[in-house]
Amino acid sequence: MRKVAVVGAGLTRFMRRAQETGPELAWLAASQALESCGLGLKDVDSVAIGTAPDAFDGVHMKGEYLAPGAGGWGRPVTRPYAGGGTGVLVPIHAWFNVASGLFDVCLVVAEEKMSTCHPHPQGAFVTIFDNILERPLEPNLIWIFALEMQRYMDTYGITKEEIALVSVKNKRNGLDHPSTHVAEEITVKDVMESEVMVSPVNRLDVSPVSDGAAAIVLVSEDVARRISDNPVWIDGIGWNLDTAYWTNRDLAYPSYVERAARMAYKMAGITEPRKQINVVEPYDPFSYKELHHLEGLLLCDKGQAAKITADGVTQRNGDMPVSPSGGLLGVGNPIAAAGLMKVAEIFWQLRGEAGRRQVPGQPKVGLAQAWGDLMQVGTVVVMRVD
Amino acid sequence: MPTKVAIIGVGHTAFRATSPGLSYKELMFEAATRAYEDAGLDARSEIDSFLTCSEDLAEGTSIFDEYVPDQIGGAERPVYTVSGDTIQGLATAYMQIASGIVDVVSVEAHSKASNVVTPGELHAFALDPIFVRPLGFNAHAMAGLEASAYLATTSTTREQCAHVVAKNRRNALANPSAAHAAAIDPQDVLSSPPAFAPLTELEVSAPADGALVIVLASEERAKKLKRQPVWLRGIGWSTGSGITSGTDGSSADYARSAAEMAYRMAGIGDPRQGIDFAEVDDSYSYKEPQHLEALGLFGPGRAGAATADGATARDGDLPVNVSGGSLGVGQLFEASGGQKVAEVVAQLRGEAGPRQLKKAKTGLAQSWRGIPTATGAVVVLSRD
Amino acid sequence: MTERTLPGTPLSDEDMQQGKVLTLNWPASLRYEWDTGVAIGRFLRELKNGRIIGRSCHRCQRVLIPPRMFCERCFRPTDAWQFVQDSGSVNTYSLSHLRWDASRVEEPILVAVIEIDGSSQGGLLHYLGDVRPEEIHIGMKVKAVWKPAEEREGSILDIRHFRPIDTAQDGPA
Repeated sequence: MRKVAVVGAGLTRFMRRAQETGPELAWLAASQALESCGLGLKDVDSVAIGTAPDAFDGVHMKGEYLAPGAGGWGRPVTRPYAGGGTGVLVPIHAWFNVASGLFDVCLVVAEEKMSTCHPHPQGAFVTIFDNILERPLEPNLIWIFALEMQRYMDTYGITKEEIALVSVKNKRNGLDHPSTHVAEEITVKDVMESEVMVSPVNRLDVSPVSDGAAAIVLVSEDVARRISDNPVWIDGIGWNLDTAYWTNRDLAYPSYVERAARMAYKMAGITEPRKQINVVEPYDPFSYKELHHLEGLLLCDKGQAAKITADGVTQRNGDMPVSPSGGLLGVGNPIAAAGLMKVAEIFWQLRGEAGRRQVPGQPKVGLAQAWGDLMQVGTVVVMRVD
Repeated sequence: MPTKVAIIGVGHTAFRATSPGLSYKELMFEAATRAYEDAGLDARSEIDSFLTCSEDLAEGTSIFDEYVPDQIGGAERPVYTVSGDTIQGLATAYMQIASGIVDVVSVEAHSKASNVVTPGELHAFALDPIFVRPLGFNAHAMAGLEASAYLATTSTTREQCAHVVAKNRRNALANPSAAHAAAIDPQDVLSSPPAFAPLTELEVSAPADGALVIVLASEERAKKLKRQPVWLRGIGWSTGSGITSGTDGSSADYARSAAEMAYRMAGIGDPRQGIDFAEVDDSYSYKEPQHLEALGLFGPGRAGAATADGATARDGDLPVNVSGGSLGVGQLFEASGGQKVAEVVAQLRGEAGPRQLKKAKTGLAQSWRGIPTATGAVVVLSRD
Repeated sequence: MTERTLPGTPLSDEDMQQGKVLTLNWPASLRYEWDTGVAIGRFLRELKNGRIIGRSCHRCQRVLIPPRMFCERCFRPTDAWQFVQDSGSVNTYSLSHLRWDASRVEEPILVAVIEIDGSSQGGLLHYLGDVRPEEIHIGMKVKAVWKPAEEREGSILDIRHFRPIDTAQDGPA
């Protein structure tokens, strides 16, 4: 199996509303990523574009629209897509581009411009629900998460206060991230007293809507050895999609994340994830999701993620730092770009380049994960530095 | 030496102008069932990865990926969407297999075009939202612009384009799965109402509904199956300069670079020597000759005249769109390229019934994602 | 990553309101008429009749709600139609202070996943009604409140909502 490395990364600021168009945001991230590893557009063999619903940007076939900004002109471009899972799916898809031997350099770009959608991007989300059985009920996007969170809390006896600690941690971590537009020092009380949106979800339990882009560069081993002193290897990839019939599922546990994680662990030779993984960026669009995902990733026992959070294990200086970037709650949530931001964070953490966000102890192995569709898809990458 | 990958199963529904009795899920289930039966594989235990090719707004559902796994056997399995044409889906399957991570991949694509009440709005939604869309014209008019440029640059005539339409719709008469078979002549095409001049109504392919599934496998796996494998010898895809980019809009540069990639992989120096027949994108009449030239199967400006002379007919020197193409079978959104692949596979296997070609050892399928994209893909398939 | 300022130009509400940047408004008028198909088509017709119907798979022995013509676990056609009850239990619930478009409502919308009695963990997304929000709990037994027959049109909205089972009225749950 050909080895594949990440050698460069770039990010825009995450913003409530960007002046730049989608293709311009894509370009800002893509050009930075190339520059960071000394490559130019001429060196790029193929392009993978990640972006979530076309309904946000109001453009049909959005990948085609973004392709010129993402460096795609005149190249093989593909747009892999799994809703919110897309940000970590794009590097998985790009890994195939390189590992297959078809290409040596794949530029991976994720963009989201949610502010285009009026009056509110949440309005676009009504169209993710079943066209016949659910859309007539006029569901709000947050319903499904609130329903899942309630079931999770009820199953394991977890309180809202315990879950709020995730928002407190991630919004504080985000203060050190140059892309952030939502970082702040808050308390559990602030979360509890923020307005109830869709119970049990309060405003501070939710990541914002954002505009922004992220990009990384994936290369073959030959290229990596030639251009980089410290490539970060992608050791494991996993992805898994559960049934569309979400109302038939056990909402208390993300088994699709477990299946994706097991696939990635097997490939990466990880047998004891809790010992072998040093830094984690799980998908945290909602506070409870970080906990849910830590369990699905087998990084703690079922129902125990709140406890290890309360014990400080997941702090930047804890035994298993989780979302040191600040995550979606602390940096922002331009959907696909937010997922790829997490991969970029692991890249920087493993290279010791995360500045004020750097976790101690020279981490060697990290994991990024995203999640999406109808609470249904898990995408996982395991990364390692020599 | 590129990794060898084979197509080991194909299944599709009939393609029809409407499909009111069935949901998209039911169409997909039929196609998947047929494909897995064709491959002789158990859907739940013998397929490692599933891909589907779709675009949200063509479905009327955001994140359509949500709704695909169950009816293709993919629930609780590795599944994702490629927002592209079926041949881009095949390329992804190829990469997955060649990377060594999986052995068998299922690729699905479908069309429920009849459920789109506002196709004009849908097409307009793909246009650049700032520079083009506010002008308010029908997106097909972009094809009219390109057709004018192509005809002028190559001296191809409207009559020659009309021959393409008559040929493909007549070819579809021998294809029981085709939605738009018709016994028409070039004169009927020219005298149909002007649509997006120089294109008439009959020069624009009409939509159809249907679903298809294609199963691919590694060489090792393919050789263990009873079904004769059809080898994927070369694949390529490219996003080129669009019609409104201000560059030369008449040469289908995306098809040329996609073909170069596929030929390089297949080791084909002279495509006309290496390829026996082709299924190329014919979303509009002129697209067939334009693509044939970009693919290097005819010299610049030669494909139109050759068509009028019968070179691309079923009994011609290089049969093109024997299935009926998009003009005869129907425009199938992201399944359009898949339908062409299905035809090439049927021909290579000798299972094309009344339209079976005598010489069918190596075939080519090519797709284009339609207005306003400049994205196309090419796959070269062979019996050995 | 260095601490330098990253690219991107945030716009404020004032920038937009005062027209400091130009915008282009395009009201989407995409419309679809989806074929409901065999399974959901029948399901909707039975809702019009005031009944809930599922499909059973004889291999895995499940009764599927919502019904489908295929079993996703066994990957084979489902075998038979089967009526189920119009009662069930709350699998999970939420009180929504937001409409679909994120605008706020005065009284929360009561939302639940209902596990339908007679199905195999078959659930439907629906509303709860005739209940005080604080009384809602997971496991609560509920029953469908139907629209009058003449108002039903073959839609999930033919069920107005699910209400708590009233043992006096409905018999033991």
